[in-house]
Amino acid sequence: MKIDVEAVAKLARLGLTPEEKKLFTDQLSRILEHADTLKKLNTDKVEPTSHAIPMKNVLREDKVIPFQDLVSILANAPQAEEGMFRVPRIVE
Amino acid sequence: MCPASWNNLTAHELHSLLKSKQISSVELTEAVFARIEKVEDKVKAYVTLTKDEALKKAKAADKNQDFSPLTGIPIAIKDNMCTKGILTTCSSKILANYLPPYDATIVEKLAAAGAVPVGKTNLDEFAMGSSTENSGFHTTHNPWDLNTVPGGSSGGSAAAVAADECILALGSDTGGSIRQPASFCGVVGLKPTYGRVSRYGLVAFASSLDQIGPITRDVTDAAWLMNVLAGHDPKDSTSVNQEVPDYRKSLVNDVKKFRIGLITDLMGKGTDEAVKAAIKDAARKLQSLGAIVEEVSLPTFEYAVPTYYLIAPAEASSNLARFDGVKFGHRSKEAPDLLTMYYHTRREGFGAEVKRRIMLGTYALSAGYYDAYYLKALKVRTLIKQDFEKAFKHFDVLISPTAPSPAFKIGEKSADPLSMYLSDIATIPVNLAGLPAISLPCGFAYGLPIGLQIIGEAFAEEKLIQVAYTYEQNTEWHKKKPSL
Repeated sequence: MKIDVEAVAKLARLGLTPEEKKLFTDQLSRILEHADTLKKLNTDKVEPTSHAIPMKNVLREDKVIPFQDLVSILANAPQAEEGMFRVPRIVE
Repeated sequence: MCPASWNNLTAHELHSLLKSKQISSVELTEAVFARIEKVEDKVKAYVTLTKDEALKKAKAADKNQDFSPLTGIPIAIKDNMCTKGILTTCSSKILANYLPPYDATIVEKLAAAGAVPVGKTNLDEFAMGSSTENSGFHTTHNPWDLNTVPGGSSGGSAAAVAADECILALGSDTGGSIRQPASFCGVVGLKPTYGRVSRYGLVAFASSLDQIGPITRDVTDAAWLMNVLAGHDPKDSTSVNQEVPDYRKSLVNDVKKFRIGLITDLMGKGTDEAVKAAIKDAARKLQSLGAIVEEVSLPTFEYAVPTYYLIAPAEASSNLARFDGVKFGHRSKEAPDLLTMYYHTRREGFGAEVKRRIMLGTYALSAGYYDAYYLKALKVRTLIKQDFEKAFKHFDVLISPTAPSPAFKIGEKSADPLSMYLSDIATIPVNLAGLPAISLPCGFAYGLPIGLQIIGEAFAEEKLIQVAYTYEQNTEWHKKKPSL
């Protein structure tokens, strides 16, 4: 199994160094080979489990509870301006 | 009593001393920091120390008239749990400067209980790893042998408890991250049932598997800490609204008629002979105390590691999408446009293991591979869960080694991710099934501790605690200390 590492990295918005690309191509192939052992199990009639403990949707009243400390939220931003997060230009 | 040795007592012992005013929380906290000063250079358990805040809380605890069990007790918190205004890094460069604007629910609960947080402990970056070697900052050393790993990902917390650099600690466990380091460091680690403890404010790795729990010197302390941690939280929609028992009532020295299953699938060729011998001894011990011990096979266990390493990375790849350089954390200086900003920020901020898992998870979820990998893994997860259900028809609890070997050498597995992944073989099935399990010391090999894992049904923490407590009360392993 050979993974197209560049295509996957692009989907994940993940920059990789040339060394990482080479390393991951080998390592991920080995890991997936190991994962292929699952194919030995017949799961045709098995339901998937996404959560081990049965759960239902948890609903609450759609009420806005304002967070009081906006300053400390924005203090974590790499760039903030006028109470907003600043990012590089998106639209030309 | 010599003040220098207060820091190596248990919380329940210290509680009596604090309550009777034989010592103060300030003195105890000073003793803990004196110990940190002495050994932290060698152990490197912490990422951040909060001495000033700790002493303030200790002072407040000393004035407190209403003395609850954890009042004035120093505790270490794994650095993936949010602490308001105190660095919370997940041992990742991408969060190196993150100051949370809020406290995790369990941090609020500790504060309400009067506990004294002393610092944030090291982990494998974003809790991904089994040795702390994946920390973006430094590797923690095992107090029993500084050339070996403390286990992971909660290696900092386990090492801090073992090295007497705190009294109690919190860990989080996604595939064994509380139990395996507890086993490697010779301490007690309890992973509660999924949903028993709030995850609000725990930086998410794999949301269907993550759970917070205690790392302590003995089973009694684990039960005390569980009393504070457990409970429903409206802020965590996966936390379960079910009454919390008083876990201290399960500290009963009696296993008569308990039906205990020894998992043979974890006693095979992949497990170290000395570990097998220690687990067999533990089984005999429980039998001599009146338990009925029989062997049991859970054949799907051999598929647990590949199942986990598809599900956990898939969830991680989606959870870690939030680290994009926009709202918090690192942003690359090379950010001419948004897309380039994402690529560079994540390339610079994440370490190799995190990148590997994001890649693996993204692949397993991508069009064309989703059915073959992710969906297949979810179906095998069902089979693993059913294997447990079958076993629990006959047994109260199941036992096994916590890890196939004692602590390995630093560097021994770091170049080979797959061999590192396989070291989680005994702990991973438990997370996949959402069950509670505890690890406690049950012997030594090569001078390193061995852990006994006890697994229970969902919400059967009380049974785990009773069996673990009985074993502990009738053995001496938990009293052994590393010489640092």
